[in-house]
Amino acid sequence: MADLVKFTINGREIEAPAGMLAIEAAKQNGIEIPSFCYYEGYSLQAACRMCLVEVEKMPKMQVACTLPVAAGMVIRTETDQVKLARKSTLEFLLTNHPLDCPVCDKGGECELQDMVFKYGAGESRYVEAKIHVDEQQWSPVVFYDGPRCILCFRCVRACDEGMGVGALGVVNRGAMSLIAPNKGDHLECDECGQCIDICPVGALTSGPYRYLTRPWEMDHIGTICTHCSDGCKTTLGVRNDEIVRGNNRDRSGVNGEFLCVKGRYAFDFNKHAERLQSPMMRVNGKLEEVSWSKALETIANKFGEIRSRGGKFGVIGSNHTTNEENYYLQKFARQGLGTNSIDHHRTGDVVTLVDALSGTTGRLANSADFYERKAVLVIGSDFSVEHPFLAFQARANFRHHEAHIYTVTAEPVREDNYAARSVRVAKGEELGALEGLREALAAEPDLVIVFDDSIKGDKVRSVVEFGQSLGIPVSYCALVDYSNSRGAIDMGLAPEIGPGYHATGQPGMSMNDMLAAADLAALWVVGANPLENAKLAASKAFVVVQDLFLTETAQRADVVLPAASAYEKNGTVTNGRGEVQRLKRASATMGAKTDLEIIGLIAKEMGLAPMMGPWLPETVYAEIRKTVKGYDIPLPLVTIGAQQSTPVNGRVGVESRPDLVRSEHNNLFESGTLGRYSQVLNTVIEGRQSR
Amino acid sequence: MTFSPELEAQFEKFLAKYPADKKRSAVIPMLVYAQDETHAITQEVIEEVAKRCGVTPLQVDEVVGFYSMLHKKPQGTYHVQVCTNISCLIVGGEEIWNQACHKLGIGHKQTTADGRISLEEVECMGACSWAPAVQVNYDFYHFVTPSQLDKLLDGLSAGKKPDEIAGVKRASC
Ligand code: SF4
Ligand code: SF4
Ligand code: SF4
Ligand code: FES
Ligand code: FES
Repeated sequence: MADLVKFTINGREIEAPAGMLAIEAAKQNGIEIPSFCYYEGYSLQAACRMCLVEVEKMPKMQVACTLPVAAGMVIRTETDQVKLARKSTLEFLLTNHPLDCPVCDKGGECELQDMVFKYGAGESRYVEAKIHVDEQQWSPVVFYDGPRCILCFRCVRACDEGMGVGALGVVNRGAMSLIAPNKGDHLECDECGQCIDICPVGALTSGPYRYLTRPWEMDHIGTICTHCSDGCKTTLGVRNDEIVRGNNRDRSGVNGEFLCVKGRYAFDFNKHAERLQSPMMRVNGKLEEVSWSKALETIANKFGEIRSRGGKFGVIGSNHTTNEENYYLQKFARQGLGTNSIDHHRTGDVVTLVDALSGTTGRLANSADFYERKAVLVIGSDFSVEHPFLAFQARANFRHHEAHIYTVTAEPVREDNYAARSVRVAKGEELGALEGLREALAAEPDLVIVFDDSIKGDKVRSVVEFGQSLGIPVSYCALVDYSNSRGAIDMGLAPEIGPGYHATGQPGMSMNDMLAAADLAALWVVGANPLENAKLAASKAFVVVQDLFLTETAQRADVVLPAASAYEKNGTVTNGRGEVQRLKRASATMGAKTDLEIIGLIAKEMGLAPMMGPWLPETVYAEIRKTVKGYDIPLPLVTIGAQQSTPVNGRVGVESRPDLVRSEHNNLFESGTLGRYSQVLNTVIEGRQSR
Repeated sequence: MTFSPELEAQFEKFLAKYPADKKRSAVIPMLVYAQDETHAITQEVIEEVAKRCGVTPLQVDEVVGFYSMLHKKPQGTYHVQVCTNISCLIVGGEEIWNQACHKLGIGHKQTTADGRISLEEVECMGACSWAPAVQVNYDFYHFVTPSQLDKLLDGLSAGKKPDEIAGVKRASC
């Protein structure tokens, strides 16, 4: 760190590292210097002149956002001259600004509104007609209203530097300047909405949210994105029990304010017209709506009967349901139904990684590592497309810390643009390419190695051996697909593994075995769609499905129970790095119940309630803390931020099953079954092109 | 898109001048020279320059929109620029400008129907000492009088080259 220097702001003696920007030094000391174009983390622009301050011995006022502090500097931020400058800057910014705040989406949370209120003049001297250009729609997601734009270029930088997309630019000059999309009249980009999010005014607005509400009429519910395993915190804006917006302006999660198109917009599956709202039962070959009591009674009777005659059960859990639900489900399966045939769709080989790292601590990468470690090696994954947040972290790491990014992939990836080395290999040959990187990697101070399902089974061990032989601190991450893929295996949704990676030592069918077993008596599927591309061999099996939609699997069911989505429940989920975070209920769908409640109700109907315990998320979490290795994390800590669970502690005493690991490699606009019901993901043109 | 061999050679020279990761520095000179040849910066030119300089077409478009000397609309064979900034203004620059518009029947940044002449009202061209000043393509005309302007525009309209027009002299600075 640079040497500390002493200087004063408004007469107050302040100490800060030499070269720190005056605007930052002021902020750290609780002194506000108003700004528009300055945005921490992005390149300096000095375009808006809102941050002018007086500096002694400098003839003119200085922009604090590009002014490095030096010893002995005397800065003043509240003199008459400064106040007048702010007033004039705002008057200029309002020259062509339409002042349509009463109908503007941003009204109420607009930085320009706030600034004018605090620093502006009460009236303008301009009488000239304002320049008007018509509003443009650039995509289903992004709208641009030129007259409202104050030309701070935050959006341009967020897209170019933050996203690595560079889809926005500034055309024309002076008062005629406008922001323009990369394809002339429309955008082809990630549709992440970061540009809209970062816009201080209502110039960029979001298609799904436009004109739906005023900011102060919403409840703001902090929860976790239910799509990929990156596990971004999202703050849902809820009005009249309907989710209308997703963002994370308060930067409260691991992801700061980052969200991709899925986290920001693909909550819309929640109100899809095909959401199930009533239990259904097969009557004369057709699914018909029935009451909850009828459905539960039927399931309980059938399950009870099969259990008493020793019939074969198969239970398939979800990559999206909460830890509590997964834990509760496996407990029910193992202790209530007496079967060890419980599984889920495995999307990355976490088990082998955890095993290979046994005896070490602190080797599982967390979210911050991708931003802080000096080097990141990405194996197999099209990182920006499949893991938008982690890729965003790595990009920021490169920008801010000059981190070295290495990629080993079959196809070109966005990371190539700034990677220290990109290695192209045939699919399946990824491991072989590592030796070629040994020298470069060994010279790094530290490293994160992140891999997708191209590395599984013994290959995971080889990667870890390779990493450990480099002689530098290395942390690892096995990428998985969905919001709680990691939690599913941590909670023991696998026949060979119980909660906390305990070997069960009991026989049990894997998901593939269940689907193939001709004598399967009952299949219970909670929040998964195994029959999307597969057949169920047992034609007579009694099938119970809990889901949001009538999926391929639900269509084969004898009883279908309408389940609540992740945005409609409380509980915890664990992201791909093992960070446990808290889901908070944002809305509700009439007729649907949480999977936890449904499992509890079935247990109760079967007389198993005392064994299962109450179906309250907090109670189940308390049990998880006691039983699952590494999860002894107090709930308040999970609520305020992600806490990494630490399951590694000795060998996992089972044979690894790499044959069951298969990633869906969902791109930016896909999210398994859920993605099929998101209007936004289905309407953006990049989504359609990528299919 | 292909350019004349001379222009291609010129581009080569520009690109060789800058380090490989700073190729974008060649955007402006390339645009200027391309415009001389094509008389307008078309989308095709933008995309070609972007490709050669390793930037996005939008980034080239930003440059084109920013600099007033880069034109997206086709210019005439002779681009007549009349200065109406302060030094020229006080010695008749505005009258020269109005006369030119009137005579050609076109206005700012417009081109005659035959494509021979385009007009542009410009800011100071650095010829204040010899105001009022007019510029035709890269050549200057100093102390321009209404009658000289008439001769110049008549000559150009009639298909003459600037050097062939009697009674008006190119400045030799
Ligand atoms: S939506 Fe995202 S990728 Fe598209 S222009 Fe905005 S910031 Fe760039
Ligand atoms: S659109 Fe918004 S973020 Fe972009 S330059 Fe205009 S005001 Fe700034
Ligand atoms: S990166 Fe993943 S977790 Fe984050 S917003 Fe996108 S889909 Fe959701
Ligand atoms: S914040 Fe300093 S010029 Fe915009
Ligand atoms: S004002 Fe006309 S050339 Fe300077």
